[in-house]
Amino acid sequence: MISFESVTKRFPDGTTAVDNLDLEVPEGDLTVLVGPSGCGKTTTLRMINRMIEASSGRIVVDGRDVSKVDPPELRRRIGYVIQQIGLFPHRTIGENIATVPELTGWDKRRTRDRVGELLELVGLPAEVRDRYPHQLSGGQRQRVGVARALAVDPPIMLMDEPFGAVDPIVRSRLQDEFLRLQQEVRKTIVFVTHDIDEAIKMGDRIAIFRQGGHLEQYAAPAELLAEPANDFVADFLGAERGLKRLALVPVSAVKAEPGPVVGPGDDGRRALAAAEAYGGDWVVVVDDDRRLLGWASASDMAERGRVGDLEIRPFQLQVQANDSLRAALNAMVQSRTGVAVRVSDGDRYEGIVTLELLSREIS
Amino acid sequence: MSDGPPPVLAAELIRWSWVGFHLDDIRDDLLQHIQLTGLAVLFGLLLAFPLSLAAIRWPRLYGPVLGFTGMLFTIPSLALFILLIPFTGLSIWTSLIGLTMYTLLILVRNIVEGLRGVDRDVREAAEAMGYTRARQLWQVELPLALPVIMAGIRIATVTTIGLVTITALIGQGGLGQLFLDGFTLNFTTPIVVGIVLSALLAFVADLTLVGVQHRLTPWARSRGR
Repeated sequence: MISFESVTKRFPDGTTAVDNLDLEVPEGDLTVLVGPSGCGKTTTLRMINRMIEASSGRIVVDGRDVSKVDPPELRRRIGYVIQQIGLFPHRTIGENIATVPELTGWDKRRTRDRVGELLELVGLPAEVRDRYPHQLSGGQRQRVGVARALAVDPPIMLMDEPFGAVDPIVRSRLQDEFLRLQQEVRKTIVFVTHDIDEAIKMGDRIAIFRQGGHLEQYAAPAELLAEPANDFVADFLGAERGLKRLALVPVSAVKAEPGPVVGPGDDGRRALAAAEAYGGDWVVVVDDDRRLLGWASASDMAERGRVGDLEIRPFQLQVQANDSLRAALNAMVQSRTGVAVRVSDGDRYEGIVTLELLSREIS
Repeated sequence: MSDGPPPVLAAELIRWSWVGFHLDDIRDDLLQHIQLTGLAVLFGLLLAFPLSLAAIRWPRLYGPVLGFTGMLFTIPSLALFILLIPFTGLSIWTSLIGLTMYTLLILVRNIVEGLRGVDRDVREAAEAMGYTRARQLWQVELPLALPVIMAGIRIATVTTIGLVTITALIGQGGLGQLFLDGFTLNFTTPIVVGIVLSALLAFVADLTLVGVQHRLTPWARSRGR
């Protein structure tokens, strides 16, 4: 655990970067520090490993006041990843990753095994080990940066806009990979970004800072979006706060409606009645095992004939319990039916999710 | 066509029989030339390193250090050696002190610029990984500054090889001794041998340093592939 106790940082030119900060970072969580530039988030991060010294107050890491620990020793137990990565251009990828083990005095064999393990962990092929950093792509270099920070398995990682320098597609993939990795390694992570969407995606908890180093709100992403503490936080979260919240809530959070369901053997009259009872002009068609076949339009339903003779159209998008409500919303706006169909095991029909259910959940 | 037979002129420019007769002397002069150059550059490095580190640690020192070594560089070489004679006589130290002083400007400037040129992010990453200051300098910053430092060593070496010929006037001349012989005897052969050998020495020394740099910087080799 990392705790800030009334920490202030004033620079020699008189600017206050961090103002009387109290913050507790729980063990095993990914805590995001977010805010506009000049809000002190990077300064806050760098005070943890004493790259910047606090002017007053105390920072305690695992029960020890950091100001009482020799900086090189402190830093070797704290992983550090920055946007520019800062790989050593004169060392191979293997040597780069082996930096902290070497500083800590591991023997050669143990270091070599660990490097192999880390390359695999971050998803890099073994043959990059003997290459130099300039021979790798930006995304690969970023992975090496993460592997290097993880080398001695430090309990704490500090990450300063770690995915800021790669293109959006690679960034999104690196974020997903890192979240998966974090599930596995469960480090205590402090993560700095200026991108609120990244903060919401990555953070177990988010600390929102404002210029001058004031902490405005510190909460879990869903709580932050539901109840912003003040106008600054609400503004920073952006006008699409509702949408962002939807992204955090799983489909399983709302109870799906049964919907107008018919089988292919039912006759048209019955289907039309079901559609009318539901208040729409379409029905969901499922087989005897309740496997989803598609939907049929009421305008196709003749007075005679069976549902099986109608044109049954597929639902292009379907959602499952662990998808987000945002995915459900997307499915709704893309379907002529205006609802999202929920399935399990690929095609077993579970019900429909409507816009009304969504807005009830959000408001 | 002119009447004068050019082969005679060539024959007077270099008389091979003299060369054959003085091979031992020429070899001794060459070795002394190499020794003076090598020691001057070595002492230059030994002095330039602490000066450069001080200039980086206390940036306000850099201006004065460059100014002082630059001033040394502008003293005419002959005058400098003569100024030193009252203190060190006609010993090898007179030439070594002078030659070393001339290397300082180039070496200090290149060491400082080389170390300052190391990417800020790399330095910051090294610091954050838990390097101690001395180890970071030795294992991260110096290797990365090496190309710039080596460029300085090359210029210093080639310059020194040229300057050594002048120290012949105080009796420590290396190949310069051959020039003096030529002038005193009014005889071109030793002069030509001296010029060719010192040019060749400069060339070989430079090439050797390039080779050393190539070996020391394996990471730079795969660039541009």
